[in-house]
Amino acid sequence: MAEMKKPKNPEKHSTYLPLDQKKSSKPFHKTPLLDQLESGPWPSFVTGLKRLALNNDMMVDLLGQLEHSYKTRKGYWKGGTVSVFGYGGGIIPRFSEVASMFPESKEFHTLRVQPPAGNHYTTDMLRKLSDSWNKWGSGLIAFHGQTGNIMFIGTTSEKTQHFFDEINEYGWDLGGAGPCVRTGMSCVGAARCEQSCANEPKIHRLLVNDFLDDMHRPALPYKFKFKVSGCPNDCMNSIQRADFSVIGTWRDDMKVDQKEVKAFVKSKSRKYVIDNVVARCPTQALSLNDDDTLAVDNRNCVRCMHCINVMTKALSPGDDKGVTILVGGKRTLKIGDLFGTVIVPFMKLETEEDYDKLRELSHNIIDFWAENGLEHERCGEMIDRIGLSNFLEGIGLEVDPNMITHPRTTSYFRSDDWDQEAAKWVQRKAAG
Amino acid sequence: MAEAPKMRPPIESGCPDPFQYMHPLMIKNFGNWAYHDRPRPGVLHHVAKSGDEIWSIRCGTQRQLGPYEINLLCDIIDKFGEGYVRFTIRSNMEIMVSKKEKVEPLIHALEDAGYPVGGTGNSVTMISHTQGWLHCDIPGTDASGVVKALMDDLHEEFKKEDMPNRVHITTSCCQINCGGQGDIAINVQHTKPPKINHDLVANVCERPSVVARCPVAAIRPAIVNGKPSLEVDEKKCICCGACYPPCPPMQINDPEHSKLAIWVGGKNSNARSKPMFHKLVAAGVPNNPPRWPEAGDIVKNILRVYKKDAKDWERVGDWVERIGWPRFFELTGLPFTKFHVDNWRGSRYTLNASAHIRF
Repeated sequence: MAEMKKPKNPEKHSTYLPLDQKKSSKPFHKTPLLDQLESGPWPSFVTGLKRLALNNDMMVDLLGQLEHSYKTRKGYWKGGTVSVFGYGGGIIPRFSEVASMFPESKEFHTLRVQPPAGNHYTTDMLRKLSDSWNKWGSGLIAFHGQTGNIMFIGTTSEKTQHFFDEINEYGWDLGGAGPCVRTGMSCVGAARCEQSCANEPKIHRLLVNDFLDDMHRPALPYKFKFKVSGCPNDCMNSIQRADFSVIGTWRDDMKVDQKEVKAFVKSKSRKYVIDNVVARCPTQALSLNDDDTLAVDNRNCVRCMHCINVMTKALSPGDDKGVTILVGGKRTLKIGDLFGTVIVPFMKLETEEDYDKLRELSHNIIDFWAENGLEHERCGEMIDRIGLSNFLEGIGLEVDPNMITHPRTTSYFRSDDWDQEAAKWVQRKAAG
Repeated sequence: MAEAPKMRPPIESGCPDPFQYMHPLMIKNFGNWAYHDRPRPGVLHHVAKSGDEIWSIRCGTQRQLGPYEINLLCDIIDKFGEGYVRFTIRSNMEIMVSKKEKVEPLIHALEDAGYPVGGTGNSVTMISHTQGWLHCDIPGTDASGVVKALMDDLHEEFKKEDMPNRVHITTSCCQINCGGQGDIAINVQHTKPPKINHDLVANVCERPSVVARCPVAAIRPAIVNGKPSLEVDEKKCICCGACYPPCPPMQINDPEHSKLAIWVGGKNSNARSKPMFHKLVAAGVPNNPPRWPEAGDIVKNILRVYKKDAKDWERVGDWVERIGWPRFFELTGLPFTKFHVDNWRGSRYTLNASAHIRF
């Protein structure tokens, strides 16, 4: 482990811990195990917890309980029911099972608060949120939890309402917890990324803010997550983690600045470009010409983003932008990991009517799932149980070969309506 | 009847509009960026079609921040930056500035305050993690502690861009895997069926929903010592812990037998290959606070082999696809066991149905 450099200004450093300025009345518990996490070059959360405990008896006992967990290798929190007036969710209640040993932290609830789309803050707003939380809670904030919430960690049932009232007045609302629409996530996107193919904050807020009743009053079969990534790099991990994944893409030709291609070849070498760009194209859609320009077979490009990631100046997405929508991604419980499945290969999002179609699709999906999902069954698990075709019929979408990796291989199936179904396809094709 | 105290109704404002907190150059050039490069590790440089340029300095934090840290960092951002900051999905801070001259002083100020600058490009970036013993109701281990211990060791890799491609590590304190898919994931692995406190089950648990939660139908209602309870067919039980959240008297965490498992090759991006899930490479690793050295050694060993053997732009998963799993186990020296062979539904697709063998 690398040694920590000695701070130039110890009072302005992540290691600062003025033990002589302790104001909390309760003496610190002995924490020999946690103390070992105070050394080393990475900023230490233990030092942070101790700094809070200098002013706060709740954090003194919290540190005691955490040390107890380290010693016994067990967790000691149990859930319960805590909410704010008018809402049924958004708070993770925690009651200590070892409150007799650590009474000051016997209640240690977390409020989940929705961040702005793209996680942008001004320093003024960060300080303001921090001041409010220091007043009504432990002072400890996680930016951000794995669902995407700002996690205000550690307060009592009573102060929960006061804190919420205060920050709600200046623009912040609770996120989701329990069987409900959860806090959404979107990447930095169009605000700072040339690869963005969508208006991520608009999509994020349009979808999530249309379901606030379903977020604040949990009554769905299980959780439902929206995530928005501006391009197929999927920085929001939406295919694996979102019930409803929106990914920016384009359907015309990608843009190639041949002058910049030549400059890139010159600076990196032909071998580098062949090995790292051309050969890494998953559909062999690229070829380096003799004059060091790039030939692109756009009909076979699957918009994987690799070449654009490598040659950021020479290559970029096309102009006819839109989104691909996948449904049903989730991690392991209960039936195993599920990726999202494409249900809309391409959707234009330019006019308000386009956005209305997206809104309608999200409502159709959540309504159908709310009606047909079993208790504790994610949308993807329901699709697995009833089959994609039934799901599509339920939400009013037609099948498309972009939804599959390959057609069925099992020979046992009923094909009674084959002619009608084939005729539908012919009709759709004729309609363009 | 006494009048109930008047409560304030919530303002259901939902997800806030980000434009009110966004750097002015990001608002001005929204949707009109041209390209980016990385002048040095930890710094992103974006150029807009208008010619405007913005530099984002990325630094690691301890994720859980108190008022001291928030004010310390905000003071630095106000003095050396321009008052605007955002967080990445992996809890790194990104501080935006409009002038190149501001980059180096800002980096120095952050590093002088103990906050490492890095985590961009082909680095080992911040480990995405969960709450663990600090706040979770079902954790088999801690989260912040594992991350602190590992990031101390990987600190130099955070600050450099020396890996074949970016490395996303995740940790999760139970098998639900809230930390997410990772190039390398460190997750708790339960190894024994739950221990049931039959005195509490009837009062605490809604028994039919607990029975329904079990993915292998190993739980059934039973009368134990004259009280309604639940029993587990221990031969069927896969120790997933799914029964524990709805029924805490079915204790799955076990100080002695809850272990860690290491998984590799998860990838969220569509770049090159389609997204991939991570796969098991090691289990039975001691859950050993406060620094989890055994898990750390395995992770560092995998990183060492990956760094040496993978080609440019190969993520861990891409690399293993190219060299094959036999070579992965050979190069890392990790034992291959019957437990690596998946037996869940649909798992025959994970078996080798070909004569493709590397010798």
